[in-house]
Amino acid sequence: MERLFRRPGAQSWMLVSPIMLILVFFLLMPIGMITAVSFWGSTEFSIYPAFQFDNYEYLFGSQVVWNVFLKTFTFALITWAITLSIGFTVAYFLTFHVHTLTWQITLFLLCTIPFWTSNIIRMISWVPFLGRNGIANQSLIGMGLIDEPLEWLLFSNFAVILAFVHLYTLFMVVPIFNTMMRIDKSLIEAARDGGASGFQILTNVIIPLTKPGIMIGSIFVVALVMGDFITVRFMSGSQIANVGRLISNDIGLLQYPSAAATAVVLLCTVLITIAIMLRFVDIRKEL
Amino acid sequence: MTKYTKKNGLSRRTLLKGAAASVTAAGASLSAPMLWAQSNIVLRQAGTGVSAFNEIAEKAFEDLGITLEMTALDSDSVTQRVATQANSFDIADIEYWICKKVWPTGNLQAMDTSRIENYDKIAGTFRSGKLTPTSEIAQGTAPHTVGFTTGVDGTDFVQEESGWMTLIPTIYNADTLGIRPDLIGRPITNWSELLNPEFAGKASILDISSIGIMDMAMVVESMGEYQYPDKGNMTREEIDLTIGIFTEAKKNGQFRAFWKSFDESVNLMASGEVVIQSMWSPAITAVRSQGIPCVYQPLEEGYRSWGGGMGLAATLEGAKLDAAYEYINWYLSGWVGGFLMRQGYYSAVPETSKLYMSDDEWGYWYEGKESMGDIVAPGGQLLEGPGAVRDGGSFIDRMGAVACWNSVMDENQYMVRKWNEFIAA
Repeated sequence: MERLFRRPGAQSWMLVSPIMLILVFFLLMPIGMITAVSFWGSTEFSIYPAFQFDNYEYLFGSQVVWNVFLKTFTFALITWAITLSIGFTVAYFLTFHVHTLTWQITLFLLCTIPFWTSNIIRMISWVPFLGRNGIANQSLIGMGLIDEPLEWLLFSNFAVILAFVHLYTLFMVVPIFNTMMRIDKSLIEAARDGGASGFQILTNVIIPLTKPGIMIGSIFVVALVMGDFITVRFMSGSQIANVGRLISNDIGLLQYPSAAATAVVLLCTVLITIAIMLRFVDIRKEL
Repeated sequence: MTKYTKKNGLSRRTLLKGAAASVTAAGASLSAPMLWAQSNIVLRQAGTGVSAFNEIAEKAFEDLGITLEMTALDSDSVTQRVATQANSFDIADIEYWICKKVWPTGNLQAMDTSRIENYDKIAGTFRSGKLTPTSEIAQGTAPHTVGFTTGVDGTDFVQEESGWMTLIPTIYNADTLGIRPDLIGRPITNWSELLNPEFAGKASILDISSIGIMDMAMVVESMGEYQYPDKGNMTREEIDLTIGIFTEAKKNGQFRAFWKSFDESVNLMASGEVVIQSMWSPAITAVRSQGIPCVYQPLEEGYRSWGGGMGLAATLEGAKLDAAYEYINWYLSGWVGGFLMRQGYYSAVPETSKLYMSDDEWGYWYEGKESMGDIVAPGGQLLEGPGAVRDGGSFIDRMGAVACWNSVMDENQYMVRKWNEFIAA
């Protein structure tokens, strides 16, 4: 036994084993199972083991599926851009314009208050607000800005993105705020002494130093948006599909192999996207 | 999400104050309620939201001492549950088309009709398939075609009354389009109006493939685009054609939304987002009880019909199985039938339900007669004053004009895929 401990690397292996066991059982095995099932066949009410490419053939052969993937990327991209600008601005304000730590923390906690309610509630409360006879339309008509209710407010791309931004902006604020707080203020003073303008400080000092935070926030938002299905279902009135909805529809109709195949393709897509994002910033080096 | 669980228990509301003159008639028939109360029998009933009412669970506890845990899911979720999680329910409260899908999994056991007290009073639609001896059987998965099997473990359907029922029929109805007459302002008489550009951005269809495809078929026939040899069993070309027409309409912005669960359809209609859509009868009742005008519009081409029934889980045995039989006998004995008739459904055992409804209610809901007094929803809200007539008239008028049943087709898997594409398009 003692000799086992003394073998080179043994201690590291043992230290790493709890997390490894968890990852093997709860991450690798399920993914392996999903991948295996994605090659299975299905009837209306059962699935049977097989090794066939039917599910993938359908996925890559259907124009609808391509459009759905495109839509998923579009949602991710737009949501990312908006949450990033809002998240960055909020974090910037908290870090550089609020001067006492107490206020910083108070205001930051204020940002999290909406998150005390459930995700679904926050999303669904938009529905009566944005509806044809909802508060938004009624106020706009009341102010004389429009004559007819705006139809595109609800059950539209706009509504979906609005809900995404509302739900996920905090995931951008937190990591950016966190990295920004750790920027040494003397760097900014030095830049100013060196004659840099406010904008130059932003682009040459603050943004480069905030990159890891931005990247972590981006990974959160992109992964969440690409994996979502319920927001898209409710805010589009079931009219718009993203990949998550394809999977959920398949599961609802007992087409597990087809759902598994879609999930595998989605997983690969998200991993590739994140790998590309990580090419821009080496998070480990920067943290 | 759309899933919620209703449990019998803590806050027992007073039931149906004025509405049920029934209470007086109750109390006579039921045997040995104490037995179950002592043994703490709990039955888990998973079903579509259409008949998962707290009131039923409360009454069952009162009369039988059986605790019902009701889970209301959308049709696809309940199908999934019955097919894949055999241990998660005791009673499946499903529709006949769902039965066609899940019966082959063996997760349900057949019921011995000799143990069903009111078996001979069950409406003809569920036994011979004929409403009246002379009526035609409509297209699609008609309940009697999947209503019987060979024995307790039977996996095949048989076409005659074999003594072993797959589902015990509970409620059924003839569905049509729901409209907001106040926002439309003109008569609606055809299914084709669903795709009328006049209602662009104000129409909706339900996102449950086996039901939605039949609504689509009714619309396509009504538009004169195509006459199906058998709507209930389309060929691939027919599926492509049908869904193609609707995909085109969707791209042109015809639909405001699609709905999957009952309450979504109520909200769409009540908020005025939608003025014409596929709808279920209690949803109409729910919209009306908010004081908003809503009509279950009878249409020239006839109705799309469905039947619901309860299946027993294959895992049930012993005392629990007996309790389940007792519950089903109680279900058919009238109180529930009367309650559900007031939602606008038809009870599969109308004779017994009649005992639990006032003559006026029976006249209004079943016979299509003008109401004499107020017609009240089960929750107590006023639906109609005196002098009102039910949309579509009497039971025979409505069920006699059924053009098709909700269906599971031979090409179901192909249809499902195409349906998914329609939703994603």
